[in-house]
Amino acid sequence: MNMLIRKISLAVVAAGVLALPSCGKKPASPDIKIGLIAELTGDIPAVGTSCRNAAKMAVDEINNAGGILIDGKKHGLGLVVEDSSAKADQAAAAAQKLINQDEVLAIIGPNASLGAIPAAQIAESAKVLLITPWSTNPKTTLDNDGNPKKYVVRACFTDSLQGKVLAKFAKEYMHASKAGVLYDVASEAPKGQAELFKKDFEADGGKVVAFETYTTGDKDFSAQLTKIKAAGPDIVLLPSYYSDVPLQLQQAHRLGLTVPFLGSDTWSSPEIIKLAGADAEGAYFCNHYSPSAKNEITGRFVVSYKKLYGQEPDDVAALTYDSFNVLRKAIAAGGKLDRQSVRDALSKIGVHEGVTGKISYPSGSGDPVKGAVMMQVKDGKFLWITNVDPM
Amino acid sequence: MVYFAQQALNALQLGSIYALIALGYTMVYGVLVMINFAHGDIFMMGAFTCLVAALFLKLPFAGALVFTMGITALMGMAVERIAYRPLRNAPRMSAVITALGVGLFLENATLAISPYPQRVPALLKNTTWNFGGLAVSSVQMVIVGLSIALMIALDLLVRRSLWGLAMRAISWDRDIVPLMGVPVARVVSTTFAIGGGLGGAAGVMYAMAYPVIDPSMGILVGWKAFISAVVGGIGNIRGAMLGGFILGGTEIFVAAFLPSTYRDFVGFTLLLCLLIVRPHGILGTPSLEKV
Repeated sequence: MNMLIRKISLAVVAAGVLALPSCGKKPASPDIKIGLIAELTGDIPAVGTSCRNAAKMAVDEINNAGGILIDGKKHGLGLVVEDSSAKADQAAAAAQKLINQDEVLAIIGPNASLGAIPAAQIAESAKVLLITPWSTNPKTTLDNDGNPKKYVVRACFTDSLQGKVLAKFAKEYMHASKAGVLYDVASEAPKGQAELFKKDFEADGGKVVAFETYTTGDKDFSAQLTKIKAAGPDIVLLPSYYSDVPLQLQQAHRLGLTVPFLGSDTWSSPEIIKLAGADAEGAYFCNHYSPSAKNEITGRFVVSYKKLYGQEPDDVAALTYDSFNVLRKAIAAGGKLDRQSVRDALSKIGVHEGVTGKISYPSGSGDPVKGAVMMQVKDGKFLWITNVDPM
Repeated sequence: MVYFAQQALNALQLGSIYALIALGYTMVYGVLVMINFAHGDIFMMGAFTCLVAALFLKLPFAGALVFTMGITALMGMAVERIAYRPLRNAPRMSAVITALGVGLFLENATLAISPYPQRVPALLKNTTWNFGGLAVSSVQMVIVGLSIALMIALDLLVRRSLWGLAMRAISWDRDIVPLMGVPVARVVSTTFAIGGGLGGAAGVMYAMAYPVIDPSMGILVGWKAFISAVVGGIGNIRGAMLGGFILGGTEIFVAAFLPSTYRDFVGFTLLLCLLIVRPHGILGTPSLEKV
């Protein structure tokens, strides 16, 4: 099955790459292989689809603009897409295959931290640059001793930052002093976010009155939600993926838990509105960018993405697009088509003005310095509320 | 007290869904001594059929329930006819493997159509009543009430009707019963139809209670229902119901009074201890033959 999807997606990508010559310029031939690991099946297929869409779009744009100039010769990018099924083992297997069999120059993805952490380990030991667009868990770019990995970077902010942002927003904007948390103990990003939120919220004088867990695949949260309701929180944090959040919101409402809900960047897929309907109204969440942001780069990206795929790009799409452009600059700056030069050139690209804001890797760390935005679900749409600077 | 009552209601809702699915496992085992591992996926197909009934056929709740039960009953029969009947006299392990294969086929066929989780529109208008802090929802009441009604109907069918008598006779001795003029193939087919229908009904209830459904939802819920059937005594219909409520209750109450991280650990340890004391399940009868 996965093989089938993989083959179909490869065919689609190949067709997309081949059917390019629409602009005046002659597109560069795709001879630089870049691996993409996306969650095309499994619990969060919308994340993988956004990632693949944005990747295709970025690659087409780069190739149509003449590719990357190295030693007077133009090189285009060619995508090799692998499905991780949003599972840790398959993400690791996909990374192995891309590095050893396909011999890609660099890897983009996986997005979910659960898969990004093992894939990052493999890329690190094989000395291949891996850029994860969306994995916010601090462990992705750190090795087992807590030192930064050398070959793994991300395009997004980390959960340490997100924890601070959420705690600050809950305190200052929602005026909450007691918070309840329900999170998936078996999934890296939600678990990290819940723990870091708790740390920051309590450091600031707040109290987490209920800290409840479940495991991936659970659909019944009634016991935990009843417990949270009994603890009487002012707000409830649900740092879960879009497949779980709708059920949690709906069950909370059925149990008469009516306090405001707060979510993390795991909410950002528009699927959440489709799946949760009216239950999501009024909830706040933290995000990487806002499609309605008034700046030229974001505006241009949103317009072209909408034209191609008929929907507004979510943050995974925006971050994937930024990842590819960071990679393009690194390849060009390195001036050589080997894995080490690409990695070495990354710290020389300076500040990249991306769709999701300014990205740079100044000190050799894989975590860029970025801000976050807070959004609200209002009338079935994501509404920008405020920018939060965690410092 | 209100807290306890609320958790008891939660347990009742979860337990009745486990119990309905567990019935499908136990009926097939009772008649054929075979574990129908595809049953969890028939349940999943039930939830998706309900989605189709609601979205495209615009059926009301009762219509969707009957439609879904009909379709999944046919699926149960088809699975038996295509995948199990040709292996009736093969080693039992072959049938178990075919069952797993059928389950994988159903999952991946649904996955091929759409891997996205889907929202099932509310077929029942939900009202939540508040009794001094105790939240009771009408959907919850319908689910529990309908499940119990279906279980009672099945219990009566198996214990009182001629078909029920035939089913029990086949489970007693499959070689002798045909000599008495019992059409074994048809009775087995009916068993699968009833099991599939109940699985479909569970799918509809599930889609009402947890309205986000996906193609892999049958795996975990299916396993839990299977465990319920084993705990209650596989092959025993009242045991399956009891097992469903016991598993639902353990899951809810462990999470309610202990840190929720311990839920599955404590819950399943309790069930294991129960099986050590009663290896054939609570209402099961010892037999020498097991898969």
